[in-house]
Amino acid sequence: MSRAAGRSPVLSVRELCTRFRIQGGGLVHAVNGISFDLHAGELLGVVGESGSGKSVTMLSLLKLLPMPPAEIASGQALLDGEDLLALNPARLRHVRGAKVGFIFQDPMASLNPVLSVGYQLTEPLRLHLGLGRRAARRRAAALLEGVGIPAAESRLGDFPHQFSGGMRQRVMIAMALACDPKVLIADEPTTALDATIQAQILDLLQRLRRERGMAIVWITHDLGVVAGLADRVMVMYGGQAVERADVRSLYARPQHPYTRSLLRALPKLEGGSSGERLASIPGQPPTLVQAPDACSFAPRCAHAFARCRAENPALAPVTEGHEVACWYDADAGVPRAA
Amino acid sequence: MPAAQSSDLTAPSRGLQRHRSLWMDVWLAFRNHTGALVGAGVFIAISLAVALGPLIHTVDPHYLDILAKNEGPSLKHPMGTDNLGRDTLAQVLAGGRISLAVGFTAMMIALVLGTLVGVLAGYFRQIDGLLMRLTDMFLALPLLPLLLVVIMLFRDSLRAAFGPETGIFLLVVFIIGITSWMQTARIVRGDVLALREREFVTAARSIGTRRRRIITRHILPNVLSPIMVSATLGIANAIITESALSFLGLGFPPDFPTWGRLLFDGANFISVTPERVLWPGLAISLTVLSVNYIGDGLRDALDPRLRGA
Repeated sequence: MSRAAGRSPVLSVRELCTRFRIQGGGLVHAVNGISFDLHAGELLGVVGESGSGKSVTMLSLLKLLPMPPAEIASGQALLDGEDLLALNPARLRHVRGAKVGFIFQDPMASLNPVLSVGYQLTEPLRLHLGLGRRAARRRAAALLEGVGIPAAESRLGDFPHQFSGGMRQRVMIAMALACDPKVLIADEPTTALDATIQAQILDLLQRLRRERGMAIVWITHDLGVVAGLADRVMVMYGGQAVERADVRSLYARPQHPYTRSLLRALPKLEGGSSGERLASIPGQPPTLVQAPDACSFAPRCAHAFARCRAENPALAPVTEGHEVACWYDADAGVPRAA
Repeated sequence: MPAAQSSDLTAPSRGLQRHRSLWMDVWLAFRNHTGALVGAGVFIAISLAVALGPLIHTVDPHYLDILAKNEGPSLKHPMGTDNLGRDTLAQVLAGGRISLAVGFTAMMIALVLGTLVGVLAGYFRQIDGLLMRLTDMFLALPLLPLLLVVIMLFRDSLRAAFGPETGIFLLVVFIIGITSWMQTARIVRGDVLALREREFVTAARSIGTRRRRIITRHILPNVLSPIMVSATLGIANAIITESALSFLGLGFPPDFPTWGRLLFDGANFISVTPERVLWPGLAISLTVLSVNYIGDGLRDALDPRLRGA
């Protein structure tokens, strides 16, 4: 799992800050200094509760947020040595779809209901690869076949409502993969699907990853999915990365109190009496109207002490490939040395 | 009709019916909409009557037969005559040409303007306020004084440039067009505003689609149904506004029959010859109704979700 060493990353994000300007002149600090590296063939799981800035981080990379009210305050996102955040709109269009593919959460909403699936699939092909109508259609049929839709050729003329939810997500995946992107960003691609379909989609993406050597960013709240898929995991809270580790290390020795609470909140299949309530994290996620000057998890943290409310911890390595942003040493049960 | 009726969901039989095109699908769905089919039939009948009728019923609509004034229906005058002895059928047929032409052209102008303003205002936030205030301004304008002024200003120069009939036609159509696009613009803007936040628009952007293409291919087809509805209502409105203009003496010259003018002229004689109101009124109502049904059917046929599997 130490594939990170030595090779240069495909995508390298540094200190990304995204803010939303809200009515009345206020700001919402949605993403506060996120950094991560993504290597070829690697799957990075991004977990965190709703509103922790997972999706906003990824949407910021391709400037897919509505701007205004969103604005990217600072940061850098290097893809092949090109800073995505500094590209002009025309260049950015050539990156979207061609180098970075996006899969969205709700396959019911992310296909245009009045356009045929064939049209929507050929759109990126004609746009980026400059294929003609026929060539694009052939390629689209092959893509559909590749994501496991039977009789693909004959279904190109069908409209989204003629597909089931799982099928539609397959179509979305085919669209995202159409131009062989180097990076695939999957924003909770299985949340809207039921468990069996979810398993099929997971298998499919794993297979495609092996076949094409893409790097994948997988946003989810499902720690189970992450455990099964990811090479590395980034845990986000309040628009910040609070823990970053190899998947084994994270599950074996979670460091951040938030990560620990998340793992405790998982339902267990065996052990534990049946009447037992699920553990939960008390309190509410932060509102993010102020730039963080203290640990944003402190108000909900059982281990919080004075320093947590005064100073914002930065990610610091605990062991090889495992970083945590916390003033409290969870293993030792004492505050970290200053 | 097997292709239209088949509601197969199984993959293998799909291949057989794949070769029909999108427009074939639309036509098949349209054909299943009884109201639309009847509407289309009536509308085609009216159009044919107006276009070819004067060739069969060869009475001059302007010919005064003062001895045969205020007559009821007869073989010679199937719809009777007016107070000056002019043949009502000939007048209705001649007036229909103008009314239909005015209705359609004015509707198209209003539709294009309204859709353009609505889409631009809905999609580009920077110009939304400006365009919507412009729309409000047009809505708030007192229509009749405006029409009066514009017609006074431009009638003579247009007549000189294009001849009395074409000149006044252009003027009337233009005036009606630019004073009736506001509703369409508002409806379209509202829809576009909602659509641009939908996930499929973000998805389209995420594969690198250009803004122009997003508007024309991803957003416009989704606002087609409100546009269709305003179009059908627009024709009706245009025909009736033209009548009002003619009534005020601002439209076509008095001896030039249109459905609206016939209606208003007839209204003075409603106690003597009520059928003079009936015929043009019926023509207007039938046209409006049939166009409405066509619009309804077209909207359903163009929407793949309603077209059925």
